[in-house]
Parts: sequence; C-alpha cells; structure tokens
Amino acid sequence: MRRRWMSAVAVTVAGLLSLSACGGGGDEKGTGSGQTATKQVEVFSWWTGPGEADGLKAMREIFQKQNPDLTFFDAAVAGGSGDKARALLSSKLQANQPPDTFQGHAGAELQGYIKAGKLEPLNSLYDELKLKDVFPQQLVDQITYEGNVYSVPVNIHRSNVLWFNPKVLKDAGIAAAPKTIEEFITDLAAVKKTGKIPLSIGSEWTVVHLMESVLLGSLGTDAYNALWAKGADWSGANVTKALNDFKTILSYAGPPQDDWQPAAKQVADGAAAFNIMGDWAYGYFHNAPDGGLGKTSKEDFDWAASPGTDGTFMWLSDSFTLPKGAPNKDGALAWLKVAASKEGQDAFNPKKGSIPARKDADKSLYTDYLEWDLAQWANDKLAGSIQHGVVANDAWKTAITEAVGLFLQSKDPAKLQQALVEAAKTNNQ
Amino acid sequence: MSRVRRWLPGLLLVTPSIIAIAVFVYGMLGWNFKLAMTDQHDEISAGKFVGLTNFVSLWDQERWGISVRHAIVFTVVFVGGALALGWLLAFLMEKGIRGEGGFRAIYLFPMAISFVATGVVWRWLMNSGQDTQAVGLNRLLDGLGLGFLQNEWYRDQDWGMAAMAIPAIWQMSGYVMALFLAGFRGVPDELREAARVDGCKEWQVYRYIVFPFLRPVTLSALIILGHISLKVFDLIVSVSGKQIITDVPAVFMWVAVFDAHDPAKGATIASYIVLTVAVFVVPYLIWNARRENRS
Repeated sequence: MRRRWMSAVAVTVAGLLSLSACGGGGDEKGTGSGQTATKQVEVFSWWTGPGEADGLKAMREIFQKQNPDLTFFDAAVAGGSGDKARALLSSKLQANQPPDTFQGHAGAELQGYIKAGKLEPLNSLYDELKLKDVFPQQLVDQITYEGNVYSVPVNIHRSNVLWFNPKVLKDAGIAAAPKTIEEFITDLAAVKKTGKIPLSIGSEWTVVHLMESVLLGSLGTDAYNALWAKGADWSGANVTKALNDFKTILSYAGPPQDDWQPAAKQVADGAAAFNIMGDWAYGYFHNAPDGGLGKTSKEDFDWAASPGTDGTFMWLSDSFTLPKGAPNKDGALAWLKVAASKEGQDAFNPKKGSIPARKDADKSLYTDYLEWDLAQWANDKLAGSIQHGVVANDAWKTAITEAVGLFLQSKDPAKLQQALVEAAKTNNQ
Repeated sequence: MSRVRRWLPGLLLVTPSIIAIAVFVYGMLGWNFKLAMTDQHDEISAGKFVGLTNFVSLWDQERWGISVRHAIVFTVVFVGGALALGWLLAFLMEKGIRGEGGFRAIYLFPMAISFVATGVVWRWLMNSGQDTQAVGLNRLLDGLGLGFLQNEWYRDQDWGMAAMAIPAIWQMSGYVMALFLAGFRGVPDELREAARVDGCKEWQVYRYIVFPFLRPVTLSALIILGHISLKVFDLIVSVSGKQIITDVPAVFMWVAVFDAHDPAKGATIASYIVLTVAVFVVPYLIWNARRENRS
C-alpha cells in the first residue's frame, strides 16, 4: 500500500515539474548562465547553411578579437529565408525576452516590430560611425521609417538578375540577352520554337519574384518605387500593361519545379533558356558539386540585368537590429559596430556570396559575378524587392503572394490587378 | 481513512493530466474562440469584440473557398480510398494466407513513418515533370510504355488534391486493415457455422453475418481518418509548401498567423477546423457512450 502511495506522489511531482519546466522554458539564459549573462551577447540569425555560416564565423572572429571581454552566443535557427527563425523570434519578443540582437531583412519587413515598439532606433550609432556617408543615400532613405533607422545592413543581394544558358540562346538564334520586356517576349517565342523550355519557374514564391522584376522592367524605376509610397495608386494603365506583360511572359514558363534550385538547374543543364532569380543562384551554379553545380560562368551560364531594368539594382539585405530591453545592450552595440564595419562586411560577404552594403569595400575580394554586382551597386538607381521584405510589410507581402497564387489558377490579369489594388489599400495607409 | 486511501492515490495520479488538459486544451480552445471574435488583425493592437464578423467575412475570400474545396476533395478521396483499400486487404487476409504475420507487418509499417517523411518521398515520386524531364512515377510510367498516363499529379488545378491523397492512403490503409482484420476476427465462428448449416452460400454468410458485425469498426475508422484528413497540414507542407494550388484550411491558418501576422483571422480558421472536426467526433462520442451504457 505504502509503495503505491509513494509512486503516486512521485508521478504527481514529476508531472508538476514537467509543467513548470514548460512554463520556464523561455528564459534559460537568465537562470542557466547566471553571472555570464551580462557578458554574453546572444546573436539571433538564420545563417546555418554552407557559405553563410562560414561568413558569420568570420565576423564572429573579428568580434571576439575586438571585444575579448564579451562572449559571442550563436542563437542561429536553421531554415532558408528565416521562416522558422522568425516564428520563434516573434514569440520571444512577445514574451519580452529578446535576444541581444537579431537578423532581419532590412526594410518593411521590420515594420511590424517597429510599430510594436520592439526595436530601438539606431540613429546615434549611424551618426557615431558616420554610416550615412558610407552606405548609398538611397539605401538609407529606403530603410528609414518615420525619420529613424532601425537596422544595420550587412550584405546586399540583387533580385533582378536574368540567368540564361548561352548555348540554348545561340541555338535559338538570339545574339545577346534581351534589354527590354518586348525583346524578352520575342526571345521567349524564339526559344519555344527550338523545343526547349523558354523560361523555368519554381514554386509560387519564385513567380512572385519573377513578377517584381517584370513590374520593375515594365514600369520603370520611378513608377515602381512610387507604388510603395503612402496612398499610391495601383489601378493605373501602366500597371495593367505590366501585368499583361507578366501574363504573356508566364505563358512561356515551363512546368513549375519544386523550388528555385531545380528551376535554376534547368538553365544550367541546357533544358531551359532563361530564369529570373536572385543572385544567390550564382553560388549554386558556380560552387563545387557538394554545394552547387560546378558550372563555368559565361560558358554554361551567363547573366544580365533582368529585361528593362538595366541601371536599376533591385536589392534586398540582411541586417541586424537592437531590440528594446536587450539584456546586454553594450554587447549588442559592439556587435552592430562589427557588422557595420568595412572589416566585418569584407569578411562576411565573399563567403556568403553577396556584396557589402558599404561603398568603400575592398574590390579585390569580389570576383566574377560579384565584381559585376559591386560595380552595379555603386552606380545604379535602387529599388526594393517585394518578395524579400524590402518594400512591403509582412501582411502586404502575404496579400500579394496570395493574389499571385490565385492568378496562377485564374490567369486573369484584371483580377490580379484588382487584388493588388485591394492589397495596397488595406496595407498601405 | 481507508476510503480516502482508496481514491486519493488515483486522483493524485490523474490530477496533473487533468490540469494540463484543462489549461492547454480547453483553456487554449476557449482563448482561440475569444480571439476569433475580436478585430485583432495585427500583433500589437488590443482588439475589440466584434462577434461573428470574422467568421462571415472569411467566406468572401476567394482563397478560403479554394482551401475548403481542396479539403473536401482530399477528405473524400483519402477516407474513401483508405477504407476501401484497408477493407480489401483485411478481406484477403481473412481468407487465410500464408505468412499472414509478415504481410500484416508490411502493410502496417507505413504508419510508423511521419507524414513529413512520407511527404518528402512522395514529393519526388509525384514530380510533375514529363517525358525527358520525368522523374519518379512519371518516369516509371514512361519506362513501362504507359507514357500517356503521365500527369501533373498534385499540380493539376482541378484534381491535384486527389493526387495529394495518394500518399495519405498509402500511409493509413494498413492501419484500417488492422482495424478491419480485428473486426473480421471478432465474428464468432459458431455464427458462420450456423449460417452455413442453414444453407447460406458463402457470399450470403458475408452479406448477412460478417458485414453487419463490421459496422462499428467502419464507423471508428471513418472518424479516425476523417479527423486526420480535416486537420491535414504536415503532409501538404512537405509535398508542396504553402502554395495556393494545394491550399487547405490548416495551411491557410499558418499563413494567416505567421506570414500575414493576423491573429484574429488565424484563430477564425482554427475555429472552423475545430468545429468541423467536432461535427464528426461529437455524435460518435455520444453514440459510443450510449452503447456502453446499454451493455
């Protein structure tokens, strides 16, 4: 009898313990590491893949050298483009247990956090480090929200890149990459006659990615940038034309692949002629076969600005922030200083396959595609990406993605435009 | 004292789970319904009570109609397919087969795999590439000279969700088989003998003796498969991600909460899912309770 009693008590206690463990799971940093908590800097990111994790490590080494009294705590969560990391982050922020600094796409994607009062403005850091002089003026303008800057961009990726297979183009009698949307459509038709896939696409988000390049190419940079101003009108005839172009271009698309890699691979393998994808595709094409396809640039694949967008750089950027109530604010600022520095950015970017946001980067570190990319960044006008969180906040972006997904079923550009007008009205006030 | 000793240990044993269920299941359900009736359409604002507005306005959204239609197609094909296949397997087994234990293990085994693993494998099998681009099932069909059967599988706009049900059928029909097999075995041999003595032909034995015995099993299987099917999320996400072409309510809910940051909308969709499942499960529970009372 007594033994039954004891086991019942034991089970009950164990149950209660596990319950309280659930409740207290979030703050292991506060209780677990005790004294070191003040010295430790928790850096939250989703850089765990090949290349990007190496880049983070390089930046971390610089940080450790400059701040021997601080410990870098790597709180990286796996998963490309940060879907999972951001879900975890928003629950941490809501519980008011922020990491010391976290990664976020620069631009409108941070608006939710800013409006919720979760981020500290970094204006004084920008002044202290004179960052407004080393970042392009347009970049600073485009990440400024109501007069304040909230993040430090570490790298820049380019979204509007047209990747193509030179051999397939030659077989179709195309001399050079198309410069305008009209040329692009003519070229797509020419490729179609050869029996190859004119344009490869992946899952739904790659089509949104395609749409942003077509919008930019068809509308022109100023009209495109104007779409994101408050109260902008999406019902204009120029948007109608752009969406009709989008429909025409999409009618030349091959069967949708599972993600961007298989779609890009069709170009590298010579099954498809064109693919519009961000410049992370370069690493995939170029890297040795364990992480890429091991192809030779300019021979197996080549690139150009996506049609109609030459002279404009559609950018997206990873950046670091300072959450309100960061346990170790000085440590976080020390990290942001490394992330903003020439040394830090030149250590990170060659490994990640992107270019620094700073204009004064060491050009010798960037070769082949990145060399071209860096030259464009220095001279081009800038426009922000939709799919990658620069111009539209999360709710708006989701509405746009949904509209494009429905368009893939209905193939009706008028309905797409109507949905985009609605999306702008609800989310851009 | 001795009476207390009789019930107290038992109560103590179940108390943690009662508390946990009260808080984490019913408490959360209640909170969800409360959230669904507010206008908290971002994560910051407090949200006011708006009654059933969200529940009504959801039907104005094209995507919701599509995801409901998808869920219905998926449920019909999956539940129907798994029941039919599971029944057939059990029927064949019941006829007496050599190495039955081995077959039973083989058919039951897919159940041990998570839907995520199944989804990853079937994503490749159901790749929509055809002819020279074909991999997976299309490649197999092409290789067998059945190239005309190649299709887009889950990317087909009208019947994609029926294709999506194939992996689910593959995974769950073994389980249904086990249920039915237990049902078949539960029919007393005396009854069959008696029927045969009375001059029943073999099919009549099944029609009038065995199948009526299977009704409760069929109902249980229907409920179990039905609620899995209405809540399906992991399989869809691992096969195609969050694309409209295979959108179902659970995926839509995820997008509403984590991508659009619209808690009220997500809670509304979640409420609809719970209510639909309840429509299946509650009558079954009542029916079950009545039956147990009777016996």
